[in-house]
Amino acid sequence: MSWASPDDVFLSTSLATYLDKKILVLLRDGRKLLGLLRSFDQFANVVLEGACERIIVGDLYCDIPLGLYVIRGENVVLIGELDLEKDELPPHMTRVSTAEIKRAQKAERDATVLKGSMRKRMEFLDFD
Amino acid sequence: MLFFSYFKDLVGREVTVELKNDLAIRGTLHSVDQYLNIKLENTRVVDQDKYPHMLSVRNCFIRGSVVRYVQLPPDGVDVDLLHDATRREARGG
Repeated sequence: MSWASPDDVFLSTSLATYLDKKILVLLRDGRKLLGLLRSFDQFANVVLEGACERIIVGDLYCDIPLGLYVIRGENVVLIGELDLEKDELPPHMTRVSTAEIKRAQKAERDATVLKGSMRKRMEFLDFD
Repeated sequence: MLFFSYFKDLVGREVTVELKNDLAIRGTLHSVDQYLNIKLENTRVVDQDKYPHMLSVRNCFIRGSVVRYVQLPPDGVDVDLLHDATRREARGG
């Protein structure tokens, strides 16, 4: 990611081609942030304007507005340019309120914990 | 710099990049840099149903540090050439 001249910036790996575009940033903890790319550097530190977090639980989703975000590069997994022509999500997904998505998230977490504890208790059965 | 040069030769080819979080993305290799950051074009996620948020992502930048594998086209690897280059680099040339 060098400072390429304007001619070959489109051929380089620089994030400059995504400047002022709506992007999706996937983080190492699995979070998905959306926003306008306003700045970046060689570590993939990025500045997102109008950032929001998209939480997806099953077929439900919610965008939670966050504002201006500076993301430290080491947490970045992937930066995707969003095709504005295409639907951002499959048509069968429904948008719900913040409260509802938090509830769904908690239910999912509880289910995972339960599954884990059940498995632990049944370990003597030797599943694998 | 060996693998950097190697990946540069693969630009324009179709590759599958598997990340450390198990997400696998297939696309045309657009560019690579010294950190082995990768840019892909015309991407599609291998397991689309599991990653619905990637549906409208056509081009993407992948940070080199999160890549686990790059699956190459079978004819994209010239083992002899790579072997020679490795020896040359090891000799400090």
